[in-house]
Amino acid sequence: MSPTPTPTAPAPAAAEDGALLSLRGISKSFGAVAALTGVDLDVAAGEVVALVGDNGAGKSTLVKVLSGVHPPDAGTITFESREVAVPSPAAAQQLGIATVFQDLALCENLNVIENLFLGRELRALRLDEVAMEVRSRELLRQLSAKIPSVEAPVAALSGGQRQTVAIARSLLGDPKVIILDEPTAALGVAQTAEVLNLIERLRERGLGVIMISHNMADVKAVADRVAVLRLGRNNGVFDAEATSAEELVAAITGATDNVVSRRSRRARPSGGGPDPEDGAGADAEPAADEQVPTTAMTKGDGDE
Amino acid sequence: MSDLTTAPPVERAPAEEPQDRGLRATLAGMADRVRGGDLGVWPVVAGLVVIWTVMQILNPVFLSSANLVNLAMECVPVGVIALGVVFMLLVGQIDLSVGSVSGLSAAITAVLFVDHGMPAVVALVAAAAAGCLIGWFYAQVFNRLGVPSFVITLAGLLGFLGLQLWILGPKGSINLPFDSWLVTFAQLDFVPPWLAYALVAAGAGALYWTGHARAAARRRAGLPATTEQTLVLRSAVLLAGLAVAVWYLSRDRGVGWMFVLFLGLVLATHYVLSRTKYGKSVYAVGGNVEAARRAGINVKAVYTSAFVVCTTLAAVGGILAAARLAASNQSSGGGDVNLNAIAAAVIGGTSLFGGRGNAFAALLGIVVIQSISSGLTLLNLDSSYRFMVTGAVLLLAVALDSVARRSRRTHGRA
Repeated sequence: MSPTPTPTAPAPAAAEDGALLSLRGISKSFGAVAALTGVDLDVAAGEVVALVGDNGAGKSTLVKVLSGVHPPDAGTITFESREVAVPSPAAAQQLGIATVFQDLALCENLNVIENLFLGRELRALRLDEVAMEVRSRELLRQLSAKIPSVEAPVAALSGGQRQTVAIARSLLGDPKVIILDEPTAALGVAQTAEVLNLIERLRERGLGVIMISHNMADVKAVADRVAVLRLGRNNGVFDAEATSAEELVAAITGATDNVVSRRSRRARPSGGGPDPEDGAGADAEPAADEQVPTTAMTKGDGDE
Repeated sequence: MSDLTTAPPVERAPAEEPQDRGLRATLAGMADRVRGGDLGVWPVVAGLVVIWTVMQILNPVFLSSANLVNLAMECVPVGVIALGVVFMLLVGQIDLSVGSVSGLSAAITAVLFVDHGMPAVVALVAAAAAGCLIGWFYAQVFNRLGVPSFVITLAGLLGFLGLQLWILGPKGSINLPFDSWLVTFAQLDFVPPWLAYALVAAGAGALYWTGHARAAARRRAGLPATTEQTLVLRSAVLLAGLAVAVWYLSRDRGVGWMFVLFLGLVLATHYVLSRTKYGKSVYAVGGNVEAARRAGINVKAVYTSAFVVCTTLAAVGGILAAARLAASNQSSGGGDVNLNAIAAAVIGGTSLFGGRGNAFAALLGIVVIQSISSGLTLLNLDSSYRFMVTGAVLLLAVALDSVARRSRRTHGRA
């Protein structure tokens, strides 16, 4: 099974020139384990790039490289046409790369304003509560966030609202690129829609968005391009509009004939949907797909 | 799932009108919080009313001016220690050694002041510095080795008790001279009534003025603000309540300076915890350490500060206890001081689970505990009853905290 990328749709070329953030040949090993090998990724301003891949494909490692948690072993990161190093989370924030991790890291005992401004309160010795509240309300209004009250403790908020607060908090630092790690995992249908709307609003604000997801429906709903990682390498960049969920799953698992596609064929014997025949690796050995845990379409948080 | 794309956009947040919060809205919000399990000070105030009523029925001397003056003074040493314990509980840790540290500090004060004839100020500073150093040492062990605070301070409980006995030497007891200002301050110094009334008026005025300035700033920014009516009423209630208290206490000796010092410490702590960046970081560390760390808060420094504040206030409490007793002996800081201080913080409404509570918890909690103690003493019941009753009240307070926590969970306010 070769990881040769066979994109079914040409990746939009726009990212090449207007890329806000470009990764080239990023490699990262943990001891003997190569988590990432020569990975490339581009994000332009006002673009949502979905980063998909199976468990252990290296998505989280890539995010940690970008957010300064793990410096890469090799490769270059270009941000706003300058080659940069991201040695620490603080450095990432300084550059304008904000990350919202899956565990949102909010303090449930504090209210929305206190959480938004945690660690960067205005006027340390006599808090400027008015200014912080005004700024919080303004930010949440810009995001059309449905938060019952900015004075409500975060414990009183739903999962989608907490995700909104976490994203809003990352926006306070005025980032240019925002990385969302599984923003819709463990959310209900309505809350997922809320977060997807929010992601579209981030794009309208001209931010580059990198969104990690296991959910193909969500990916196709908001992403402009889909970058597939497989076994720590690039496995194609797809146009989200022109590519079917089945093709994405094929790129993720490395085979067209897999558990997921067989299921969908059984469910739709008439063969509706795009023809999987011209997909990647159609002749892959049938045994292989059983070894690859298929996580596409599931909503678990099994990633690392 | 793909129809999510066509789902209608989530409706905009209902634009919150910058409506002023009147008295009714304030009261409704209060009731709503209580129902949601955010009990605030209400259980302890209710408990205090019950205790005072029962004690007064059992012995009419209980609510006399003389007894209440004494009660107020008795509250201070352990109350100051409890204030430090509040810090520890807020960051989700505990200090079991506050009693021993207070005893050690009493011993240091007495030995330096009496045996070595140093000026009282030097003895005080040395004792407080020793407390500060102990907290710093605890924090180093906690931050560097990761030993739970429970175990570190349990070791400290024993270790510093030993150090206290060693410092006191074979005599075991040192009397502080009655004519020293230290003892006078703790026993005989009372605020003259006119000054007490002036302080009350100043306090009520300050409450009104800060509330007014805040409401004005919020209105300028287009935010809902407390109405003038509520502000005036709140200050008037405070003014009347405190004036009556001063008048009643002044029928006897009045309000002790030591009690004023305690109130000052409580108010200062309240300001630090609620209006500064540092205070927010204390609550954040108690609520979710990982979130605090990712927000760029120096978590270790916050822990260190909590340990240092707690042991330093314990040392100050020990000095005040010695001054009040006019002696430092082997049982200083022993017995129930330790548990009373922790119980006061918890009874006052500081959660043992971290991140919840405030400075007033120490004040309210210690008044409850001292009321029980004073009432039972008036009934000529020995300490066996006092221990049992205080234990039962502590259990009740912690049970209430746990139930309220569960209620907060179900109401989504965890």
